[in-house]
Order: sequence, then structure tokens, then C-alpha cells
Amino acid sequence: MDDRPDSRNSQIIGRREFIRAATLAASGAVIFGPHAWVARASSVVNSRKRLVLVFLRGAVDGLNVVVPYDESNYYESRPSIAIPRIGEGAVLDLDGHFGLNPALASLMPAWKEGLLAFVHSCGSPDPTRSHFDAQDYIESGTPGIRTTPDGWMNRTLAALPGKHQPTEALSVGAVLPRILSGSMPVANVSPGRGAARPLPLDNPRIERVFDSLYNGRDPLSKAYQEGRAARQRLLGELRQDMAVADNGAPGPEGFPNDAARLAWLIQRDSSVRLAFISLGGWDTHVNQGSIGGQLANHLKPLGDGLADFAKRLGSAYDDTVILVLSEFGRTVRENGNGGTDHGHGNVMWIMGGPVRGGRVYGRWSGLSPADLYQERDLAVTTDFREPIVQVLLTHLGLSAIQIQKIFPQRLTFSGHLSTILRG
Amino acid sequence: MIRPSIQSGALPPGQRSLHVLNRLAFGPRPGDTDYIRQIGLENWIEHQLHPDSIAEPAALRQRITSLQTLHMTPEELFIRYQVPLRQLAPGDDKKAARQRSEIILQQAAQGRIIRALEGPRQLQEVMTAFWFNHFNVFAGKGLCHLWIGSFEQEAIRPYAMGRFRELLGATAKHPAMLFYLDNWQNTAPHSSGARGKFEGINENYARELMELHTLGVNGGYSQADVIALAHILTGWGFVRRNAPKTVNRPAFERAFASARVMPVRRFLFGRARQSSRPWRGGEFKAGNGFYFDPRRHDFSAQTFLGQRIPSGGLDQGEVALDILARSPATANHISFQLAQYFVADQPPGELVKRMTRSYLATGGNLRDVLQTLFFSTEFWERRHYGVKFKTPYEFVISATRGVGVPVVNVHPLTGAMALLGMPLYGCQTPDGYKQTQEAWLSPNAMMMRLSFATALGRGHLPLQHPMDEIAQDESGRTPEGAMRPAAMRMPPAAVNVFAEPDSMALAATVGDLLSSPTYEAVWAAPPGLQAPLILGSPEFMMR
Repeated sequence: MDDRPDSRNSQIIGRREFIRAATLAASGAVIFGPHAWVARASSVVNSRKRLVLVFLRGAVDGLNVVVPYDESNYYESRPSIAIPRIGEGAVLDLDGHFGLNPALASLMPAWKEGLLAFVHSCGSPDPTRSHFDAQDYIESGTPGIRTTPDGWMNRTLAALPGKHQPTEALSVGAVLPRILSGSMPVANVSPGRGAARPLPLDNPRIERVFDSLYNGRDPLSKAYQEGRAARQRLLGELRQDMAVADNGAPGPEGFPNDAARLAWLIQRDSSVRLAFISLGGWDTHVNQGSIGGQLANHLKPLGDGLADFAKRLGSAYDDTVILVLSEFGRTVRENGNGGTDHGHGNVMWIMGGPVRGGRVYGRWSGLSPADLYQERDLAVTTDFREPIVQVLLTHLGLSAIQIQKIFPQRLTFSGHLSTILRG
Repeated sequence: MIRPSIQSGALPPGQRSLHVLNRLAFGPRPGDTDYIRQIGLENWIEHQLHPDSIAEPAALRQRITSLQTLHMTPEELFIRYQVPLRQLAPGDDKKAARQRSEIILQQAAQGRIIRALEGPRQLQEVMTAFWFNHFNVFAGKGLCHLWIGSFEQEAIRPYAMGRFRELLGATAKHPAMLFYLDNWQNTAPHSSGARGKFEGINENYARELMELHTLGVNGGYSQADVIALAHILTGWGFVRRNAPKTVNRPAFERAFASARVMPVRRFLFGRARQSSRPWRGGEFKAGNGFYFDPRRHDFSAQTFLGQRIPSGGLDQGEVALDILARSPATANHISFQLAQYFVADQPPGELVKRMTRSYLATGGNLRDVLQTLFFSTEFWERRHYGVKFKTPYEFVISATRGVGVPVVNVHPLTGAMALLGMPLYGCQTPDGYKQTQEAWLSPNAMMMRLSFATALGRGHLPLQHPMDEIAQDESGRTPEGAMRPAAMRMPPAAVNVFAEPDSMALAATVGDLLSSPTYEAVWAAPPGLQAPLILGSPEFMMR
């Protein structure tokens, strides 16, 4: 972990931060701003390091995303839904063993530039095949334990240094997800065009009067003030975006648009540290398709959106790590309905400026019957928390003790990921 | 039973009606406080504790009766809405069939919300919501969406203020619960019925039955007890196609004839002489769908919570439920949760103890426990007045009640609940939604609540729009909520204001809840903003 201020960052330190730094130095005291909810270590590290988590809800079929095309078992188990090795609709070769689903062609440049990596046979140690339980465990960060009250991204937020800013953690979605629930406040951005669409509350007359009702120091007032600050900030950014992007014509709904909007916000709001967005539609029990079809139709906008997101981030991409994960993978064998059922191991995607990409990390467990988990699924050889911990450690600069609070269970690491990020 | 009269306590008389309407009801409707003054507070409480003593308006009863799917049995619902779905190949027809089945959840929501808004049996509705949450079932899991309405209607509401053992039994035998917590698959390994997905023990329901429904997480049970209970509950499921609808007596006896232990047969044949014993745990309509499959049951004796349960069939489960229902740990757990709901996030320990004693002394009679609660000194203490932060459900319902506008279309309300993070029937985990301020207060929550208050207070919610004219958009039972959130949109500029609430009437209904500063701010505001301010005031966020 490097405590040297990044030279690029120190050029951008604004007047406010300078004053804060000076005051801190002068008084030697810790400053809690009016919006401080939870006491955190106050340091003046002006980090721009960011983590964006994309959660694919419903268990995406990882074996058809990063395809083990040199395994005959893959083709034997999936007569109608395997992605072909050659010919039309074939995999895009990654490293001679794995190939990318051609629906994700937009991500090949990132792979070739070494900014995209994968961790295969990755997942949760818990055996549950229930979507809800598995997602719960991924989000709480404590597989097998149901009583964890908060999410690991909220605990991460609590560990980040510096004075808390209202838009430090952004969640795209109507409801705050489990992964971000906890004692630290999180700002919500509604998905779609609703993001910038005014709430009934966004009326200056109404705001003024509610401001006067909630101007105290009690918990409700604090929550209100925090919410207003976040909303003001977000709306300010989003309205600009709408004016520029929409131009009267309605933009496309869905992930590419939400990702673009998120990129816009991150680029303009230097206080954003953590962002979360989730996508559904991956539970392909029936008619999964191979060349084209359900899965391909969902993967394409995801790939396009991620590539676009990276581009729009501009220089901010150098400091951003994007993780894409799912609650578990799917069965190796296709079922009787041209689809797959709930499985175990999956592939995690990791992209961003700091990523040492162009590699498939992890220990590939193989698809021969003896290697399968419970004789049906891809095994898990890398705990999903290992890549996350690498990001927290190397990228966000958290300490081992802080990480222990985020992931309190005893973790067994494979050690295969120590070089996945440029430290 | 000698009932102590309500102590004068610290709560001034002027606030007692509102207090009781905020706790035993979902907040005041226009005219409620006058009514209480008329018939007397104690009298009102007593009536609420005995819902049958309160007449339901014919119009309300009619509206509830017209929700046809709410009154169908689980079997009928399955045959009518699931079977056609299964028979179709993926495609437009299947999509249409799926959309058709959405009416079930919609009618369940209507049934719940209309009664919460307009029903005079308010405490019954409060307790229905409470117990549904306690015995949570998630509409988004598999077949549950077919059976949630039935679950609430048949297994929760009728037992909400009776004996806990009956409520427990009703939930344990409803297909919705048996499916949600997987017990329908719970099978004795190597039993004659074991095959396919019915291959072995599934502990899920047994664990949650103890951890969440009865004893509580610290209730003193071990993993061995979980396993024992799981074995006891093997075979508890629902009627499946090609399975016999009723327990076939000769088959039952045949099963026992092959059992190794002689006393079992005597035990069983002894019972056989009694004429048709009713199911314990409440009455069920014919075809409720519960089915005990002896071929998948483990008949062996078990040791459960230190007690020996002899070999047996369905009766083993009944005995286990008896043990759980009468356990002091259960009494304490239930009393704590009730006290937390009705008094404070950290309920007074002494009160919980007295409620526990009341539970144990009356064989788990919930009405008696509630009476202990409502006539306690603590309930009427000033320090417990207005201290409970409303959950999204309570906020949305109480605001709509306060405004007094008749509701036909419940979508804006279910949509608001979902946006606030509490989709109706949409809690994924069996522990249900939390009841505390800590769980619900957040910056985003405040923004959303005030937006709802504004939309409702300005008459922008199409609450009188006929339901069938509402276009059904794309279904998606995502974990974020089984009820699709209807967007809380700002209507276009040329807005049809639907029955803008009368802010004077609203002030008359809930005004006494407001503090002086709030009151002043409200009256200083322009008329069109007064109702939003009242509904969005800090005091209205609390109950």
C-alpha cells in the first residue's frame, strides 16, 4: 500500500480539501462534518480509487461466458447449447484454452489491452442452490451465516478514510440492496430515465418547507439532510447529462444507459468511491440458446454497456476496478429443456485500469466427472472474497485489520490472485 | 378475570385516543377519535380484541368477497393457474398464462390493503400483518405466488388473536409454508416414497420453525433438535398429482404393519377406534391441500428438546408443535416481539416478563397476552408515546387512512412500499421485515417517504382509477420485490388531480399528533402544500 499522494491527484486537490488539510494540520483534531454519521478515521488521503460492483442476479451461466473450449466434456455435456469452437458464432479465443462468448465481443479490446481478467471456478463455499440464500450470502459477505445485519460494501464504506461525503457510495436501483445496507448512508440513483426524473419532492417550495421541519440534530433530521445533500448532488450531475444526451430523443433503457449515467456521475463527482448495479434475467433454465438466444441477448447489452462505461470514465478508469459476479454458476450438463439448472462454481470478471488483465486466473478445476462438484457442477477453487480482498487491499488501500471486519470469517486463499492488480 | 382499569399514567387524556389508534390500528381515519370518545377508550379496545363483535360494512365485505382467487383453495389455484402454465411451451401463450396468474397476488394485495385502510377490525389487521411477517412467506419463490393470499386468509387472519398453538398449526400445514421452507421435499431417506427430489432430509423448515417461529435463536435448541424435528416432519407436504388426497387408512396401517416396533401398532390401532379425530391445529376447508405422506415419513421415535416422542406418524409432528408452543422460550420470544411492536424498539423487560407469564398461564392465548399488554402501565407511559418509527407499510397505510380518500387502485400504494424497500409479500428471507427504526431510517428512505407524502397530499396518485384498466407491464419476480413497483412518477404538466385531500380535514384527523413548530410551518405554507407537510412531518413518521 502506497501512502504517497498520487501526483495526478495532488494537482486536482481543490480549495476545499486544501483548507481541510490545513485546518486539520493546525488543530490536530479530528473533524466531523455535519453529515458525519459514523466516526471514521479522518485522514487527508485524497484517494480517487473506486470499486464498481455489477451483480448478475439469477446465476449467469459462467461456462458459456468464459468457455473452456478445449474440454471435450464441455461439448459432450451441452449438445445443443455449447458455444462452438470454430465457424459461425464461435468463441473468441482468449488464451488458447478459454474463449469468450461472441456476444461479449465489445470486451475483446479490453482483454487485448490487458485491462480485463477473469477468475474461473470462483464462487461461494456455501452449498446452497437457492438464489435468495446465495445472493444473501454474497451480499452479506458471510456465507452460511444468516444473522449478519449489514452488507460487506457498507462495511467497506465505513472503513474508507476521510470525511464522509453524501455520494460516496452509489447504488443504481429503486431499493437499497443488501450489499450496501448498514450503518453508513448510501445514495440511490433510480435506474433508467427515472434517475433524473424529478421526484414529487424536487420542488423548491416543497423542499424549503420540509427543510424547515427537518433542521434539527435528531436522527430523522440528519437522515433528511443527508438525503437532500445526496440528491442535490446527483440531480445536478444528472440533469446536465439528460440535457446533453437526450436531446429530445428518448435514450435506450437498460444497462448501457444506466452504466453510461453512472460513468457520467463518477467522472464528475470525485467523492464517489463505491458503486453498485445489478441486472437480472440470467436464470436460464429453459431455452438458454447458444449462438443467439436468451443468454446471448442478455450478454450483449452487458458487454456493450461495460465497454462504454469504461470509455466514458475517461481518466477515472485508471483508478476504477469493476467486478462482475453472480451468486453461483449453472450445471455443466444441459437439462431437458435446452437450459441449465442451478450450479456452483462460476467465473468472476474483473476489469479496470489497475487490473493486470489478459489472463484467466484461478485454478481451473476441470469438467471431467471426477472433478465436478456433487457430480454436476463446476467446483469452486477460489472463494469469491479472494478477488474482492485483493481489491480492498491493493486498490482501496485498506489494512488487514479493516478487511477482517469486512469479512469476519476465516478465509482460505488460493494465493493465485496476488498479482491480479498492479499495486 | 379481573381487568385493571387503565392507569392514568403519564400520557395525558388528549393523547390517549391517538396513541391507541397509532398502535392498535394503522393510524386515525377521519372521525376515529370522535368515535372513541363516544364509546369510551376501554370499550373500543375490548371490541378490537374481539373482532367478531365489530360489524363489517356490507360494502367492504362485498369487495373482499369479489376477490375470487383469495377464496380459492391451494389446490384450485394450482389447477387453475399453474397447470395450464406447465402445459404450454415457452412462447407468447405461456407469457399470457403467466400474466393471468398475476391476478392472484394482485387480489391478495387488494384484500390486505383494503382491509387495512377501511376495515373497522383494525387490531385484527394489525395482527394479521404482524403474524404474516412473523411466519413470513416470500411470494417470489416458486409456487408461493399462487398461495400467499390463501395463506394469509386461511392460516393467519382467523387465528391472529386466538391460541398461538392453533396459529402455529395452521401455518405448519399450509402449502405456502411447506413450499417456501422446502418441507414438502423433506423425506425420510430410504423410505418407500423416497425418489427424485424427495430423496432425503431437508432441515430448512425445522430450523426456522424453532429459530424464527417459536423458541427464538437463543431458545435453547441444538443441531440435534433440528435434525430430530426434521425427521418428525418428514412427509408433511401438500397434495400432488397422482397422490391420494386423504390419508388412506389401510395403506397407513400397512405401513405400520411393516414397522418393527410392536407398541407402534397398538398405539396406532388404539387410536383407530376413535371416530374421526379432527386435525389438531385448527379447522381446514376440505381440500386445503395439506397432505401427510406416510411413505416418506420417518416413524422412528425421536428425542426432541429433551423429551421422548414415541414412534408415530402425523401425531409426532402435532406433539412437537405442542412442545414448541408451550415452551417458556416461545412465550418469551413472542412476548418480546409483541412488546417491541406495540411499545418500543427496546421493550421494557418487566412488561415482557409479565406478558410471558400471561402466555404460559393461559396456554398461549394471544388475546390474553395482548390484554396484559394494552392494560399495562408501560403501554400508557408518555415516554413510549410516538416513539416507534413507522415501517414503510405503516407509513403508506396510515397516510392513506389519514387522508380518508377511498381507494380502488392499490398499485400506487404497493409501488410506494416497494420503493421504500418493503414490497408487500416480497420479503425474501423467512425472518420477515424488521420492526425497528434502525432498520428503516435512512437518507434515501426520508426522500422517498416525503415524495410519497407529497404525491398523496397533492392528489397525484390515481387511487380511484379502476384496477382492470391498469395496464399490466412486464412481470419479473426479481429478489427486489414480488410486487412490481408502479413508478412514483410525476404526472405530466396537464395533471388530473385525483381528489386533492382536504388539508383542514386531515388536520382535524391527525393534527393533535403534530408539534407546535410543525403546526406553525404547516399553516404558514401555501394551501396546496399543507397536506403534504402534515403527512411528511417528523411526527407523522412516528407512531
